[in-house]
Amino acid sequence: MKVIKIDKKEWAKGLERLSKTYQLFGPAKHEAFFVFKALEDGELPDLDVQNTRLSPRSVIYPQSEKMFEYTLDEDQEDHHILKEIDKEYSSRAIIGIRPCDAKAFLLVKRNFDAPEYKDPYWIKSYEATTLVGHGCNAPCSCCFCTTAGCGPFHEEGLDILLVDVDDTYLAKIITEKGDRLLAAAGWDTKTDTATNDPIENMKEAAEAKITSMVSTDQLKDKSTTDLFEASFWEDVSFACINCGTCTYVCPTCWCFDIQDETHGLSGIRMRNWDSCMYPLFTFHGSGHNPRDTKTQRVRQRFMHKLKYYVDKYDNGIQCVGCGRCVRFCPVNIDIRRVCDLMNSFEL
Amino acid sequence: MQNPYLPYPVRIEEIITETEDKNLKTFKLVFLNPDDENKFNYNAGQFAELSIAGKGEIPIGIASSPTEKGFLMFTVNKVGLVTSHLHNMKPGDIMGVRGPLGNWYPWDIMEGKNVIIIGGGFAFTTLRSSIIYMLDPANRPKYKDIHVIYGARTPGMLLYRDELSEWEKRDDIHMHITVDATDDPNWKYNVGFVPTITDQKAPSGNTDTYAIVCGPPIMIKFTQPVLDKLDYAHDHIIMSLEMRMKCGIGICGRCNIGKEFVCKDGPVFTLDQLNSMPKEY
Repeated sequence: MKVIKIDKKEWAKGLERLSKTYQLFGPAKHEAFFVFKALEDGELPDLDVQNTRLSPRSVIYPQSEKMFEYTLDEDQEDHHILKEIDKEYSSRAIIGIRPCDAKAFLLVKRNFDAPEYKDPYWIKSYEATTLVGHGCNAPCSCCFCTTAGCGPFHEEGLDILLVDVDDTYLAKIITEKGDRLLAAAGWDTKTDTATNDPIENMKEAAEAKITSMVSTDQLKDKSTTDLFEASFWEDVSFACINCGTCTYVCPTCWCFDIQDETHGLSGIRMRNWDSCMYPLFTFHGSGHNPRDTKTQRVRQRFMHKLKYYVDKYDNGIQCVGCGRCVRFCPVNIDIRRVCDLMNSFEL
Repeated sequence: MQNPYLPYPVRIEEIITETEDKNLKTFKLVFLNPDDENKFNYNAGQFAELSIAGKGEIPIGIASSPTEKGFLMFTVNKVGLVTSHLHNMKPGDIMGVRGPLGNWYPWDIMEGKNVIIIGGGFAFTTLRSSIIYMLDPANRPKYKDIHVIYGARTPGMLLYRDELSEWEKRDDIHMHITVDATDDPNWKYNVGFVPTITDQKAPSGNTDTYAIVCGPPIMIKFTQPVLDKLDYAHDHIIMSLEMRMKCGIGICGRCNIGKEFVCKDGPVFTLDQLNSMPKEY
């Protein structure tokens, strides 16, 4: 695997060249908070940010997305027929994505790119995107990535890993997509003398800083129905106000709703992020609701991430340990605690 | 890449008001593009999303049988936004159909076996599809005895009444139609709840007999002990579930029971499967 050295003085120029062929996204301040946003001409991603409040999932999977359009004007030949919308999937890159958020796209891919059905919007958008990661030299106190199948320098899901070393970025090229991006940026790759060693050392140092952990080794062997019936759900969900924050900040949550919006005689069918925290999510037309209490909804969220996903894909939990839901939950519900309750559950 | 969210355009060919309360209507739909009918290759027990531009989509069991060509049929109960709008539409109106979706009754496994259909209320739609499918001359030899136990609140609440009386006349299907109550002196069929009639009329369970049960939760709750008493093994009791759905293809995340999605892994499950799943439906 090739590692090149990018002089920070050359950084901005390279991104400018890159912006000719790629639409660039990166962490930047938007109003009071940092988000992943489309960078304007000359705007640089702020790589000093530990991580954003919202994950970058919206770059590939927008919070609201048009699917189809239609006209209700009966004078038009195609009235009431849904038509596909031309969408743009030109090359784009997320500069400065954290390794956990990049790995999250791989977890979510199992849902959108399944053997039986392919979600064309998600897949085309994902394929058009190059992920330039940024290793975490100073992880947050509630990150638990190292025991959630990820890590501060984790490469899975990334095309390039950047490591900040004094006045340079070491760039580890992980995929061909990453190679193509570097070529387009045109940084001087002749200083190809850097080795993997400093990265390995920094990786170990960063991993050592993560002291928050979860245990997941027993989850697969637990009985689904026993966990479902466990007595701790009432306690876990007691303080929950069903605000949905956990599901909106999570990089691995993917649920959506489909709605039609009509203005005059024309309209669009669109999809919007939805959340299992809301009672309407499962509310039948008949009035019946299989998850009409918050305990049932909180249980669904944790069971999905820590049991159903584990059983369905046999590839770990549906969580990368980014710690956002822990940080932003207004009532301090902590997935690490719930995970340990589930993992150590005995009848 | 084919877009699984894009409905096929269809025209409403005919609308039949099925029940005396006028809350159930059957919609006969014809594909605008004849090629689409070939792509819509379905089995009895599957469902589809009915799509109305500007209103949205609803998951509805397919009431027509794959042996009936040239149209699709859906019987829709009026409950919410989309179904209420649909009930006000007219023949000739354009809408969409997306599917077929979900799994179906295990026709391959049931080959050579007795099939007992137990239905209640308006859950009879995919059961109609199944009966028409099995009675098709090409398929009837594949199945042994066919029993149908079908109940509604009153005679006027039964679906497909003309077909029911046709089937009553045949000797290759045993019909046990029942109503909860009636003051009609000419009513010549059973009176009593579905579990009671099942107890009286259904053959005993054995390895060669499968029961397909579809109906309101209360009917299912009281029918199951009867089937247990009649010795039906739980992997020989087949059920079809309903759930709020959007995508219909296992992606949008709302219709799960444990790790199974009712839209993609169901809606058909054996009671044996349901026993090992969380009770959240």
